Amino acid sequence: MRERRTVYLDHAATTSVHPQVVEAMLPFYTERYGNPSSLHSLGREARERVDEARATVAGILNCSSEEIIFTSCGTESDNLAIRGVSLMNRRRGDHIITSSIEHHAVSHTCEQLERQFGFEVTYLPVDEYGLVDPSDVEQAITETTILISIMYANNEMGTIQPISEIGELARSRGIPFHTDAVQAAGSLSLDVQELGVDLMSLSGHKFYGPKGVGVLYVREGVELLCCQTGGGHERGLRSGTENVACIVGLATALKLAEDRREEESKRLSGLRDHLIEGLLSSIDKCRLMGHPDKRLPNNANIAFEYVEGEGVLLGLDMAGISASSGSACSTGSSDPSRVLSAMGVPPEVARGAIRMTLGHENTEEDVHEVLEILPAVVERLRAMSPLYGE
Amino acid sequence: MYSDLVMQHFTDPQNVGVIEDADGVGKVGNPMCGDVMEMFIKVKDDRVEDVKFRTFGCGAAIATSSIATEMIKGKSLEEAVKLSNKAVADALGGLPAQKMHCSNLAADAVRAAIEDYRSKGKKAEE
Repeated sequence: MRERRTVYLDHAATTSVHPQVVEAMLPFYTERYGNPSSLHSLGREARERVDEARATVAGILNCSSEEIIFTSCGTESDNLAIRGVSLMNRRRGDHIITSSIEHHAVSHTCEQLERQFGFEVTYLPVDEYGLVDPSDVEQAITETTILISIMYANNEMGTIQPISEIGELARSRGIPFHTDAVQAAGSLSLDVQELGVDLMSLSGHKFYGPKGVGVLYVREGVELLCCQTGGGHERGLRSGTENVACIVGLATALKLAEDRREEESKRLSGLRDHLIEGLLSSIDKCRLMGHPDKRLPNNANIAFEYVEGEGVLLGLDMAGISASSGSACSTGSSDPSRVLSAMGVPPEVARGAIRMTLGHENTEEDVHEVLEILPAVVERLRAMSPLYGE
Repeated sequence: MYSDLVMQHFTDPQNVGVIEDADGVGKVGNPMCGDVMEMFIKVKDDRVEDVKFRTFGCGAAIATSSIATEMIKGKSLEEAVKLSNKAVADALGGLPAQKMHCSNLAADAVRAAIEDYRSKGKKAEE
């Protein structure tokens, strides 16, 4: 029996922690474990390392250190940005504009603001590729709009939004603009001046950093209600003893990711395209989800008709290949992917959508492996499907 | 998440296929919002002589339909129609809570096939 490789294609879900990052983090658990707020030398040293990490992140985002807040994750960053800006500005207005394809950390936060706090939210439609039209954003703006939140790149089908254009529009109207950039880090530029954003969320474990740490960039002048009150950490915007090890880890990981971003994006898009072309040409009745060009370099999301996503994932898993799916059966909800539905993908097609997201350790051999195994997995399931051949 | 038995039936499902001249066909479910199962039975002397299935659905859906066919093959219609979702789930060594609806569907498919056979018989008599 041929030796089975394991191929991990779920980098959008999470990544391994880069060995250099692990190395950078360890001392902060064992020897340099001071609380940055302590007066003694152990504490002061920890404070310096946090400041250093903050400066590193600020350098990559092209902003000042004062504009960087460390959080526990991307979800917390999204919550803080949206709830924080909305509740702080409610005397000025109560209308929020977002898209219909945001991560739940954004959409559920908006929904809660509607239900519990009486805000009005416009969920902008997207086209068949999942793109938001900046003119739709413009048309949605009212006198009471106090926040626009549009994700930089979608986690499910990889489509990249026209953030700079929307940023310019938001700026011209004086409306704070937030972007969930969780999936973009390591693949796309995070320069907040170029992007024209006022708030930006990042998550450590998507770019070879540890889980349990995130960033929220908040442009100077943007007012935010603190959502986690306590000792006044992070300039009073997010209390809680700093997770020094993970903050150092995040900064180390972001620097590594940024240093190799151009090269790695090129390498990954080559593998991605090879994978997409290979699958589209060897399996009939399947199609690419998302935009063909304006997509993350590592994202290949393909929907296979007549089969159910979870079944495909199981078959792949048995062959050592890890991928994911937004199918109802694999998420436990009873609806097909809301992102694909927003793009007009019929439920019967959306149910067979498989998301494969490449990463640092994937190689050409991995792509060959998938091209060898996936067609047979789909074929086997189609052979037992009452929908195939109808 | 899935027991060994579920995985076994997923990898090596029993009685997959179509019976062209089936005596009873049960089709249940809805691809828009769930799984779809088709069950074909051949009946002789009021017993399930042969049974085949096709399923569009997750691992649990395929496993439940596969084991359901095994459980009714050779049984009398009277016995087969009593097949419960609990029996199907138990036979598989249990299912995760969110997958129990798959066992409902398998039991429904069996009942639908037998119902179809019986109603055809009634029509023939009329």
